[in-house]
Amino acid sequence: MQTSKLAQSGFRTESKPEQNHSTSSDVTHLQAQHIQAWFGHFHAIKDVSIDIHRHKVTAFIGPSGCGKTTLLRCFNRMHELVPSARVEGQIIFDGVNIYDRSIDPVEVRRRIGMVFQKPNPFPTMSIYDNAVAGLRLSGIRQRRKLDEIAERTLHRAALWEEVKDKLHQSSGASLSGGQQQWLCIARTLALNPEIVLMDEPCSALDPMATAKIEDLITELKEDYTVVIVTHNMQQAARVSDFTAFMYLGELIEFGTTKKIFETPDKRETEDYITGKFG
Amino acid sequence: MIVVMAQESWPVFQQFGLKFIYGTDWQPVQSDQHKPEFSALPFIYGTLVSSIIALVIAIPLSLGTAIFLAEWAPSKLRALVAYFIELLAAIPSVVYGLWAIFFLVPWLRSTVMPFLASTLGFLPIFQPPIVGFSLFTAGVILAIMSLPYITAVAREVLLAVPNSQREAMLALGATRWECIRKAVLPYGRSGIVGAIILGWGRAQGETMAVTMVIGNSHYIKASLFQPGYTMASVIANEINEATYALYAQSLITIGLLLFAVSFIVNGIARYLIIKTSPLGRGGANE
Amino acid sequence: MTSSFSLSQNRRRWTNYAMHGLVIGATALALTPLVLIFIYLIMKGAGALNWDFFTQPVGSGDGVANAILGTATLVGLASCIGIPVGLLSGLYLSEYGRTTKFGTILRFFTDVLNSTPSIVVGVFGFAFIVIPTKHFSALAGAVALSILMIPIITRSTEEIALLVPNSLREAGLALGLPRWRVILWIVARTARAGIVTGILLSVARVAGESAPLLLTALGNLWWNRNLNEPIAALPVQIYNYATSPFPKLWDQAWGAALVLVGLVALTSLLARVISHREQLR
Repeated sequence: MQTSKLAQSGFRTESKPEQNHSTSSDVTHLQAQHIQAWFGHFHAIKDVSIDIHRHKVTAFIGPSGCGKTTLLRCFNRMHELVPSARVEGQIIFDGVNIYDRSIDPVEVRRRIGMVFQKPNPFPTMSIYDNAVAGLRLSGIRQRRKLDEIAERTLHRAALWEEVKDKLHQSSGASLSGGQQQWLCIARTLALNPEIVLMDEPCSALDPMATAKIEDLITELKEDYTVVIVTHNMQQAARVSDFTAFMYLGELIEFGTTKKIFETPDKRETEDYITGKFG
Repeated sequence: MIVVMAQESWPVFQQFGLKFIYGTDWQPVQSDQHKPEFSALPFIYGTLVSSIIALVIAIPLSLGTAIFLAEWAPSKLRALVAYFIELLAAIPSVVYGLWAIFFLVPWLRSTVMPFLASTLGFLPIFQPPIVGFSLFTAGVILAIMSLPYITAVAREVLLAVPNSQREAMLALGATRWECIRKAVLPYGRSGIVGAIILGWGRAQGETMAVTMVIGNSHYIKASLFQPGYTMASVIANEINEATYALYAQSLITIGLLLFAVSFIVNGIARYLIIKTSPLGRGGANE
Repeated sequence: MTSSFSLSQNRRRWTNYAMHGLVIGATALALTPLVLIFIYLIMKGAGALNWDFFTQPVGSGDGVANAILGTATLVGLASCIGIPVGLLSGLYLSEYGRTTKFGTILRFFTDVLNSTPSIVVGVFGFAFIVIPTKHFSALAGAVALSILMIPIITRSTEEIALLVPNSLREAGLALGLPRWRVILWIVARTARAGIVTGILLSVARVAGESAPLLLTALGNLWWNRNLNEPIAALPVQIYNYATSPFPKLWDQAWGAALVLVGLVALTSLLARVISHREQLR
């Protein structure tokens, strides 16, 4: 029987994050090596190498247009979906380069989930169908299992109490902005990914909803590795363990959040943190 | 315009009443023993049947093309194929008719129709004898002609689907096709239906090419391989023979009916297309 | 678990490939008639083209010169009616009628007219002009064609004029120009290329129309000397030839079709070039 190429290359297809501790690279979950990215002729990412730590929250900060979102989208091969976009370099995930020719991006995206800047629930699907959309794609059909995961992830995203009575009747688009974003987070968590990428997940939300999502991020690192892009420095300082500062497509400085915010090595980082530019 | 046509139609309805719509006799010959008889059902039937055949053929082809253009084609190919589709829409109807007479009719008669008759001949609609100039041929040429319209509108609708929907589905680990089927098509559903109905309206009003291949017969036959007539083609074909007032007025009345049908069909289509546009969705997820 | 999972993965991947193939196939099949029609047009039409074809009238059996001239006359006359009416109503809709009740009604009727089958417009021309005057005429044909042109020009003019930035209008009004001069001098001039493109596309569209002409202009074997009499037109002539039983006339039909498609393609190409050049500017 033909197993998938990912499985052949030691790329596990079914795993719980809890089991990851036993693998060889205990600390590093995802490793970018000399990543370069382009939009047409525009050089958006210039030779970035970085280690993303397992079960930690890593924040990317920097002024708009610095390439932080583009880099995030390279981590689950979403960048290449833009026409004329191009990526060079390697990203090692569990010992395998996800840009290897034998790797199917579909599998990568299933295991590295993504939450977008603007909430994007599927308007033609009910809340329940939104929550289990990814599970259905990966071939899970048993009603009981879907119900169970839907309830668990909606609980986790603090949405269950508000929607449990209208799971099947209401469209995903009928919810408020904050609820829509929780639904999108639940949809991503339902697949039980190993890494959750978040692209400015709070930028379209009010302060109350933002605070709730920040709490959720802190909880999530128990089970997942979280990478978050944000333009809000206070948010990065509140939720992250590590912070990377990017400017003009380059990674200027990377370290623990405490270090970056208190004793940065680079002049540019300090200027940005203290609000002198950007 | 409506007023002028309604004026001319009035005597027809006075003479025949509603029987003009549901009756099946069209006997324009006028003589001492023979009173002429006019009723539009054969033409309404022919219009419906030929345009539905056109849809059955055109829907999969034009939706496939629209999906290719909006979702799958490399950007260089997009512009080129879109231009070709535009060209297909720009060819005059009468040129389609000419080509159909000399290529489509002989080809369908010698290959496609015998094949359908031998495999699906148990269905009354595919029963021999086979006539080249038939409802079926008219349906095929109408399919070719309405295809560029459906494709163009459906492509617009697909392009109007926000990219965030595609990305959401792909980020869940969907393949391209799953993304199209589960995110893009449901989002654009009513607009796509609108595009199809718009194409249907086009097919109903199309005149010249149909007149040239449909065979022009006043009788309703079950088999699609038999000649027929549409509302548009009977007007084009017989108006010059309409030697007395009631004959001409009957044809004008058919024109009025056709106008009413196209008005309704287009109204529905436009409503559905507007509903899909971002404005129509109330910006729920913009 | 792992193996059954990858099996479904494989099925998904193959479904994806299969649908990709089907979609490409549908596109190829959709474009096949275009290729076939062009091959037929060139192979069968080119042979019919010669000196007589462009100089002799239909009645002589050797040419379609009067039909070419007839189409030019009809389209020219129709333009005389259609362009001013379409242009003015388009400008009205964009400048005055954006939200007024009359504007909404006018827009609605324009849309209805735009989607009306051309044969219905022919029926109208027949009932409105041919029956009262008791004869087919070039004028009736031109009126029918102009009715087809108006909604196309109106909508394209309106769309283009709406793109003209308001600051330009305000600049003109601030100079103390009356509103109608601002519209004609500033709005219409800025939107010139787009308006011309719309007009050319409408010309290309009606030049190929034959259904409404059968009911109004009828056709003519010889040269037309009076606009009050029937006139020949290229599309109508193609129809008459194609449905005739004589192979020689079929060749003439192909030649005429090649000329007609050439004219239509040339007009559309011109429209494309103009709008493209404007975009570059």
